[in-house]
Amino acid sequence: MTAERGIASSAAGSGRIPRWAPWAAILGTAVVLAAILTLIGFNIALLLVGTAVFSTVAIYLWARAVEGHRQGLDRAITMGISSLFALAMVPLISLLWTVASKGIDRIDVEFFTTSMRGVINDGGGILHAMTGTLIITSLATLASVPIGIMAAVYLHEYGKGKLKKILTFFVDVMTGIPSIVAGLFAFALFAIFFGPGIRMGVMGSVALSVLMIPIVVRSTEEMLRVVPDGLREASFALGVPKWRTVTKVVLPTAMAGIVTGVMLAVARIIGETAPLLITTGAFSSVNLNPFSGRMDNLPVFAYNQYRNPGVPPEPFIERAWAAALVLILIVMVLFLVARFISRRYGTELR
Amino acid sequence: MNQVLNPAEAGGQKTPKGGIGDRVFNGLAVGAGLLILTLLAGVAIFLLIEAWPAITAAPEDIPGGEGLVKYIAPLAFGTVLAATLAIIIAVPMAVAVALFISHLAPRRMADTLSYIVDLLAAIPSIVYGLWGIAVLGPSLVPFLGWLEDNLGFIPLFAGPASTTGRTMIVAAIVLAVMILPIISAVAREVFTQTPRGLQESALALGATRWEMIRMVVLPFGKSAIVAGSMLGLGRALGETMAVTIILSVSGGVTFNLISSSNPSTIAANIALDFPESSGIDINALIASGLVLFAITLVVNMIARAVIGRQAKDAS
Repeated sequence: MTAERGIASSAAGSGRIPRWAPWAAILGTAVVLAAILTLIGFNIALLLVGTAVFSTVAIYLWARAVEGHRQGLDRAITMGISSLFALAMVPLISLLWTVASKGIDRIDVEFFTTSMRGVINDGGGILHAMTGTLIITSLATLASVPIGIMAAVYLHEYGKGKLKKILTFFVDVMTGIPSIVAGLFAFALFAIFFGPGIRMGVMGSVALSVLMIPIVVRSTEEMLRVVPDGLREASFALGVPKWRTVTKVVLPTAMAGIVTGVMLAVARIIGETAPLLITTGAFSSVNLNPFSGRMDNLPVFAYNQYRNPGVPPEPFIERAWAAALVLILIVMVLFLVARFISRRYGTELR
Repeated sequence: MNQVLNPAEAGGQKTPKGGIGDRVFNGLAVGAGLLILTLLAGVAIFLLIEAWPAITAAPEDIPGGEGLVKYIAPLAFGTVLAATLAIIIAVPMAVAVALFISHLAPRRMADTLSYIVDLLAAIPSIVYGLWGIAVLGPSLVPFLGWLEDNLGFIPLFAGPASTTGRTMIVAAIVLAVMILPIISAVAREVFTQTPRGLQESALALGATRWEMIRMVVLPFGKSAIVAGSMLGLGRALGETMAVTIILSVSGGVTFNLISSSNPSTIAANIALDFPESSGIDINALIASGLVLFAITLVVNMIARAVIGRQAKDAS
């Protein structure tokens, strides 16, 4: 019945509002609001939110007058959804801007070539944290990738019956493990053998592996699914044994996708702070041995600089932001490389 | 979803025998699978072993002096409160973002936009925490004051409003920003899979784009929205660093969202106390971690059940 009323009213409305109408509504509302706000005290947040709300109302009234109720509602909702999307992008832009502008001050040669050894307030760098992150993440990746890929091969190429169902289910469960719980697990595992005071780089790697394995399994399985069955059957028809088929035909075909998935998984875990905070501890010098003693890393470094600043606090806060900027840049580079690989080498699958 | 035959079932015994190589490779694959199961069992077992001393300890030995339940309950309350608020904020936004990318944005832009949203999901939580305490919190302080002045009669906004912005509502907003990409990724995936035929028939019958979305796309994606929200909830429950950094904690149970005395969350409490704890305190923290593990496990299982039903309905 609403439809009937809608059709009647849209028939009553004549013609359409111009294509530039939404932009005109936004601009008009923004100008009027800015004028009003200048009188009562300017506030950028109020201006943006007000513009979104009032231009939605304006476009609704305008379209309703010219095109009828249903078109008006359609345009208002389109505008509303677009505003919500824009609102959701605000934090991202604000975050990137904040980290870049606050972090850039300390991005210098010293920051990358020195550790915090003997640094009391000014200066110092993240050499020890960079090496720590590199070692811990590499170890986690070295452990997770073979396990993850082989488990995915099992799930997609070999698995059948009960074990496959159970494994699929528990890989899903594993995806949902909170990172701090993974950290507690690594701690509990090592504490039983070495006592509760134990802190080592490799404990962090174990915690990160728990988080990384399910991501690798999922993405690899997804990629194996894309490999056409014709390839497998052709290989079988030539008398190639199954394991040769998997290693020489299936995996190479899916390789670009698998590598992309691994890169994204690394991007996901490289910034994990909580599990490392309770397993690797913090340390101010370079430690290259993951099996002995505390090992600092970028996220924990950033956290500790911010959380426990010395006197005066400014150099500590600056180092925290600079470390955060380095982390974001690493994640972005991993993302870009992953995208490049899947674009450049992964297209033949689609 | 394209229906690819499972090679294991399609091939079966008909594949050529590879002798020893095949058996070794098969063994490796099964071994990797079993290793994952062992690892997961290990997580539960080792946590239980390390939590056990706290479970059996005398109540006065537990931090707070009133036993493990009294110790964990306020933390569990804070955890659920923060995550629930985050979900309430994030779900409408996430659906809007997913709809915008799948149905409103120009086709050429959609790819880039979903890439940006994915990137949002990969930004380390510590960075979100720093941003929350340095930018979002202070900029929301006037808003918190306004809430106290005008909506103070609602217990949620009773105040006194924090002057630093280190409050529950700010932590919840940051959590919402963090889980938004997860929810919208799941929703977008299903929105784009809405059968073209249905959408085009709706439009051909004279529906406007919004009517088409309301009558075709949203019903089709309903369970994806639910499932995505549960995944987001699971993530919000376990999120540590953002809450640790932002929230000014005083313990206790309160629904007051804008004051500077807030209940802590399980994860944040572990991150805050763990580095300085020893002895039975560590066991108590691990016991609280076990509770968190159980809560997220239940939430994730519900999410998987919903997704599983959706997959069955679709095929």
